[in-house]
Amino acid sequence: MAEITYLEAIREALFEEMERDDSVFCIGEDIGAYGGAFKVTDGLFAKFGERRVIDSPISEVGIVGAAAGAAHMGMRPVVEMQFIDFIANAYDMLTNYVATSRYRADLACPMVVRGPSGGYVRGGPFHSQNPEAGFVHTPGLKVVYPATAEDAKGLMKAAIRDDDCVLFFEHKYLYRRIKAEMPSGDHVVPIGKARIAREGRDLSIITYAATVWKALEAAEQLEKEDGLSVEVIDLRSLAPLDDDAIQATARKTNRVLIVHEDTRTGGLAGEITARINESSFAWLDAPVLRVTAHDVPLPYAPSLEDFVLPQTGDIVRAARTLAAY
Amino acid sequence: MPPSSDTKRRGAKGDKSRGRDNGTSLAAASDSSLLSREQLLELYYWMRLTRTLEERLVALYRQTKVVGGLFRSLGQEADSVGSAFALERRDVLSPLIRNLGSMLVKGAEPLEILRQYMAKADSPTRGRELNIHFGDTERGFIGQISPLGDMVPVMAGVTLTFKMRGEDRVGLVYIGDGATSTGAFHEGINFAAVQRCPLVVIIENNGYAYSTPTSKQTLAKQFIDKAIGYGVPGEQADGNDVLAVYDATKRAVDRARRGEGVSIVELMTYRRKGHAEHDNQSYVPPGEIEQWERENDPLTRYVARLRDEFGFSPADVEAVDDRVRREIDDATDVAERSGPPAPLDALTGVYADPPAARPLWFREGVGSVVDKHERPEGWGTFSTHGGEEEH
Repeated sequence: MAEITYLEAIREALFEEMERDDSVFCIGEDIGAYGGAFKVTDGLFAKFGERRVIDSPISEVGIVGAAAGAAHMGMRPVVEMQFIDFIANAYDMLTNYVATSRYRADLACPMVVRGPSGGYVRGGPFHSQNPEAGFVHTPGLKVVYPATAEDAKGLMKAAIRDDDCVLFFEHKYLYRRIKAEMPSGDHVVPIGKARIAREGRDLSIITYAATVWKALEAAEQLEKEDGLSVEVIDLRSLAPLDDDAIQATARKTNRVLIVHEDTRTGGLAGEITARINESSFAWLDAPVLRVTAHDVPLPYAPSLEDFVLPQTGDIVRAARTLAAY
Repeated sequence: MPPSSDTKRRGAKGDKSRGRDNGTSLAAASDSSLLSREQLLELYYWMRLTRTLEERLVALYRQTKVVGGLFRSLGQEADSVGSAFALERRDVLSPLIRNLGSMLVKGAEPLEILRQYMAKADSPTRGRELNIHFGDTERGFIGQISPLGDMVPVMAGVTLTFKMRGEDRVGLVYIGDGATSTGAFHEGINFAAVQRCPLVVIIENNGYAYSTPTSKQTLAKQFIDKAIGYGVPGEQADGNDVLAVYDATKRAVDRARRGEGVSIVELMTYRRKGHAEHDNQSYVPPGEIEQWERENDPLTRYVARLRDEFGFSPADVEAVDDRVRREIDDATDVAERSGPPAPLDALTGVYADPPAARPLWFREGVGSVVDKHERPEGWGTFSTHGGEEEH
């Protein structure tokens, strides 16, 4: 089977799920005839028509709310945020309405909100964000953020089939840069399970999304130059977090570096650090360290953006500090 | 009382005034003339049930058995009941905090309301939510949330589904004068209009949003003027005349059912109690509440019509009053017997999977977490309009 890109993997998942289940439909801005700003939904309109691939007004509150209403009635809507940055407009609808619906009113809300996320693309402050932390903080929502094409497809299928709302972050830097052959058959990746992207003994890097690839680069370099055996954990799911995988790697290598592209304060690294501290303090040979973005809005100029975001070199330097502790 | 299937025609009497419209008026037929005598009395039953149930809740509130805030719809019963009565059983509505009457019409039971307010284990939300915040998609009402305006996009989605599936069903969403200022209202109604969703938007203009008068909410002379901006018809009706409410809503419902999309109905009414029971209404001009009570009480007005226009006897009306009192007494007795939810139930039902979370380690094996559950002083110590009617 031919290799397909991360973006095509998402499209393939949407296509297969819409074919499999008539209650699945897509809604978003410019997703129909145009196929979406990044062409993720390209071809769906031609195949499934305007009833199931709905071009909406510019209206994040409107479409997220409408998706929730449709989900209550037994549909499984997939909402596109043209850029995930705009999900902030729907924050109330997602956190106050959708996230609470099952708990407060026994209202099922099976829906997916997906969109292009992340930086390294010179997108500036409003086309580069990683707003996952606020939603991970919200009980009632699930959050996934795949790093590989296989997981992009498998997690999208799992998200669509999940009986609760799943926020599906797609890293736009990865859209067309990585490719893989899809596993055959009905490829579903369970939500809540991390993946060991690289086995190692000396220290662990826990990360997700685009920085998985930077961590793998750093691990390669550390092995060559320092003889370090580095384990890389790709979280894949951020809510729920895979506590077992986090604990297992912490207790295995006794040194943990957490890497994320999101800003530092209130980012997920703090949460993961706290969990390791609570579960595995006695196993640690060094404090848990973090490599993250700086706490600033993401700037446009390459010299600025590359300074703000974590780079492979940062991970290598931090890992060396950790190994020497 | 189940909605009667008897729709035999009765003679059209009196002035079926339709109120003003915004020039994009709905169809003209007046449907209340098709209501049977049973249905006419049923409308009174629902309004009386709403009022008496709320009066009972006030008593329970003062006995601190209602553990949170209490929200009244005193003076607005016709608006809730008349509009919900225009829907079919299969249709779906989304109530606001002052639409107890709408929920009763759609099948919510006084027992459920009482249990909900008293935070009982067997309340519809098992103690998770307050007041009338609960729903049942089977009976056709959706559990609302407190951030206002959000239910408009949600109901746009509910009705989008009806349209997508080709179902002969209509949705109705209530919105207050205050919430028309929210972004969600705009986004929801605009989306529903563009998608031609079978949705009726009822704007309840009751004069106040908490303490803010309508004049500080909008410069529009009337809310139906906003309909023009969305390209949908709008009609205004006397919200304290249950038959006028029914007629205006029915026209909008019929239009939605015919596939003609969204309509706005503005119901002119008046909130005679504060935002919640603790609100002393110090912001209301002197005499205003009393004047509405004296001259424009929806139940008083409807009782007069039942008597003068439709020939019901005082005994007919009293029989309804007696029945309502009995039903609420019985429901109160049953509701009071239930206990509070088991604390650990707080950790269930956030997700379908996993179905429950584990208690945090410092709670493992701990039975009671506090010695006494407090009721904050802020709920209900400020009322200066107390001493009202208790049946």
